[in-house]
Amino acid sequence: MTNSFADFDKAKMFFIIGSNMTEAHPVAATFVKNAVNNGAKMILVDPRRTALAEFATMHLPLKVGSDIALLNGLMHVLIKEDLYDKEYVKSCTVGFEELKAAVENYPPERAEEISGIPAETIVEVARLMAANKPAMLMYTLGITEHTCGVNNVMSCANFQMLLGNVGFECGGVNPLRGQNNVQGACDMGALPNVYPGYQKVTDPDAKAKFEKAWGVELDDKLGMMMPAMFDGLGDGKVKGMYIFGENVANTEPDITHVEHCMEHAEFIVCNDIFHTETTRFADVVLPATAWSEDDGTFTNSERRVNRVRKAVEAPGDAKPNWWIFKEIAKRMGQEWESNSGQEIWDNEVSMLAPSMTGIKFSRIEGDGLQWPVPDLDHLGTPFLHKDGCFTCGLGNFKPAEWTPPAEVPDEEYPLVLSTGRRLYHYHTRTQTGRSGGLNELLGEETADISLADAKKLGIANGERVRLSSRRGSIELTAKVTPEVQEGMVWMAFHFREACANWLTNGVYDPVSQTAEYKACAVKLEKVA
Amino acid sequence: MAESKLKLNGTEVEFAPGETLLQVAERNGVDIPTLCYLKDCTPTGACRMCVVEVKGARTLVASCAMPAGNGMEVQTDTEKVRTARRLAVELLLSSGHHNCLVCEANGECKLQALAYEYGVDAVRFSPPAETYPIEDDNPLITRDFSKCILCGRCVQACNEVQVNRAIGFGYRGAEAKIVTTGDRPYDQSDCVFCGQCVQACPVGALTEKKAKGKGRSWETKKVRTTCPYCGVGCQLWLHVKDNQIIKVTAVEDAQPNRGRLCVKGRFGYDFIHSPERLTTPLIKENGEFREASWDEALDLVAERFMEIKKEHGPDSIAGVSCARSTNEDSYNMQKLFRAVIGTNNIDHCART
Repeated sequence: MTNSFADFDKAKMFFIIGSNMTEAHPVAATFVKNAVNNGAKMILVDPRRTALAEFATMHLPLKVGSDIALLNGLMHVLIKEDLYDKEYVKSCTVGFEELKAAVENYPPERAEEISGIPAETIVEVARLMAANKPAMLMYTLGITEHTCGVNNVMSCANFQMLLGNVGFECGGVNPLRGQNNVQGACDMGALPNVYPGYQKVTDPDAKAKFEKAWGVELDDKLGMMMPAMFDGLGDGKVKGMYIFGENVANTEPDITHVEHCMEHAEFIVCNDIFHTETTRFADVVLPATAWSEDDGTFTNSERRVNRVRKAVEAPGDAKPNWWIFKEIAKRMGQEWESNSGQEIWDNEVSMLAPSMTGIKFSRIEGDGLQWPVPDLDHLGTPFLHKDGCFTCGLGNFKPAEWTPPAEVPDEEYPLVLSTGRRLYHYHTRTQTGRSGGLNELLGEETADISLADAKKLGIANGERVRLSSRRGSIELTAKVTPEVQEGMVWMAFHFREACANWLTNGVYDPVSQTAEYKACAVKLEKVA
Repeated sequence: MAESKLKLNGTEVEFAPGETLLQVAERNGVDIPTLCYLKDCTPTGACRMCVVEVKGARTLVASCAMPAGNGMEVQTDTEKVRTARRLAVELLLSSGHHNCLVCEANGECKLQALAYEYGVDAVRFSPPAETYPIEDDNPLITRDFSKCILCGRCVQACNEVQVNRAIGFGYRGAEAKIVTTGDRPYDQSDCVFCGQCVQACPVGALTEKKAKGKGRSWETKKVRTTCPYCGVGCQLWLHVKDNQIIKVTAVEDAQPNRGRLCVKGRFGYDFIHSPERLTTPLIKENGEFREASWDEALDLVAERFMEIKKEHGPDSIAGVSCARSTNEDSYNMQKLFRAVIGTNNIDHCART
């Protein structure tokens, strides 16, 4: 996020796209609702009529996967009607002409054709956005989990820069991170292209710095991203895999394929706190401490590094993950000095990642600090690119063309399946499924369908249905709901048997390698 | 422009336009007791605990609802004020069945604390004859209306803080009660079990069902931490007794959640105590897992990785890190891959 949660209830205008906040980030949603109750306006863009729609000034139920067409249409109107922030565009950005040329091809009528949102609505929204500044744009996985995910993100940034909304309190581009420490795992360099603090593995200076710090020689070529790792297991390129705390056999698209790949591994190690569908494939399972059994930090969506503290002793012989990695390193010939969360952070992370130099455990006992924190006196950075002064120079418009999802409905599979999270569960329920009460509140997955499709297919609410894609077939209960638009099925990936990922399409954004969880073609039948 | 000054217990203080007497007092370190007041919400002036004397006013005024005015002279702790507060406590104590001996809120009940502070040693008025049945049809929240003092904090927590709009006041007069639409149990209503009402309840009318009987407030240690669910990073108090988390509440005034939690953050903590936890290293032999010592398991991992590396090169090993564990764990895992195994094949599910 460029901005902070503290901005949410102060904001006057929201553009929320692909974010079911009341279920996936409920506390963040409360602040948005507070702002609306205080007079803020909200444009909600989502194929589903989620709970937030009750609070929206306008809800735009676009067709799944048409975000770029809609955003380009909005930008077309802003430019055509001369409503964009000319001063901001002139002084803070580059690439406007390219953007203008690209969105020229998206008059509202064409945007309507692709997105299903009426042209006059597109014009109205563009005018409303131009008249209410700054606005906060929020998105979540509804934007990124597409084969055009990167272009979706670029389009969100283009839109906010064109409006001159980036670099101000209550403005910016604000992706809400899905899991508690996704931000931190990225910050720490658990990515194939960067060391901690986003220092590129291909940069000789960065490589030299880490070689000196760690006392070893390092490789300067990019590593594999997750999809390539699994495919590598399948074709023999990858022999060994270490899976730490992830239930990939349920979270990755096309479960059948993922499991097939894992079966081919020569050697798999898992660190986990429970047996999962993934640990079945392991040769060695190492029992780890869980949240609240060890000291450390998480970094939230707004870049805030917060303390997590040990409150109880771990059961049996479970050990901290950092200790497990350190012990393996020792057995492979390296002695590492740091011996606790604090030593790892204070003596290594904050010494090596420039944006975190000013963060030490002693400084984050209370509310944490938002990086960048360049020195020990710095109070953190609540929003980035202050006054439109981008940290990397000028804001770069990167126009994008709309592309349809990789698999679209046809005669055999006439519906679109889109997926996500439900309020009472998290991921594959390794945690929530074992927390008293949550299973009682939501004990099974449903296929959410529209009233129109239910009628067409002769399916009543609560009946058993079979949902199939080219990759698999599952049986589950139908939920007929006005939330879902005609032609769409929606479900989550919380339950094993009725997991959306038996059906989802293992196709990826070419740059980010994010899977297209939000769109694949399915058919729905009543189970006799 | 008119000056913004008033006299608080004889001392001249400044105030900002729109501030209430309670806010002015709080800011100046003068303690005024409250029961129904919920910070950042519309003042209701319902409980009459925060009454103060304002010179020239016909009656005592509720400081939570009274805007500060220029030239006001306010006394917060006179005998008249104390007498009124004592009576308010007495009336509230007799409004229902407040039996501290068997109350989950014993030790952290505001009404109990105020009864003690204001020297209420006997209840002058008889409580109503009938008691309400306790509602615990749902797995997470127990409602005991016989202990409800109708302060309305839960209603504000639901409608103004979380804006879930699931509960409100129902019925009238002596019949008044907190209700969901249609006065149904929580689990058949619009309630989403965020538990903000429980956190707001100043007495024992709303309590965490899972915490029942697990420990009294004075027996628990409070540990501050960060929620393990979504990317908001809410700040939690873990209430711990005998090596067990027995309850979770939000840290008030902390960024980013400012005292708020959702259903998972508040109630999804006990997975760590599940009997299904892995407690010993496991090695697979002939398709079955057997228990092993740490030394044996770690030696095997190191040995196999070294073999694979030697035979197929470091890039034949790949690592999936964890987006749910700590930064320090992720740091060490990527360091293991880069510095020890010798590959950049490290990734995590930032994309799911």
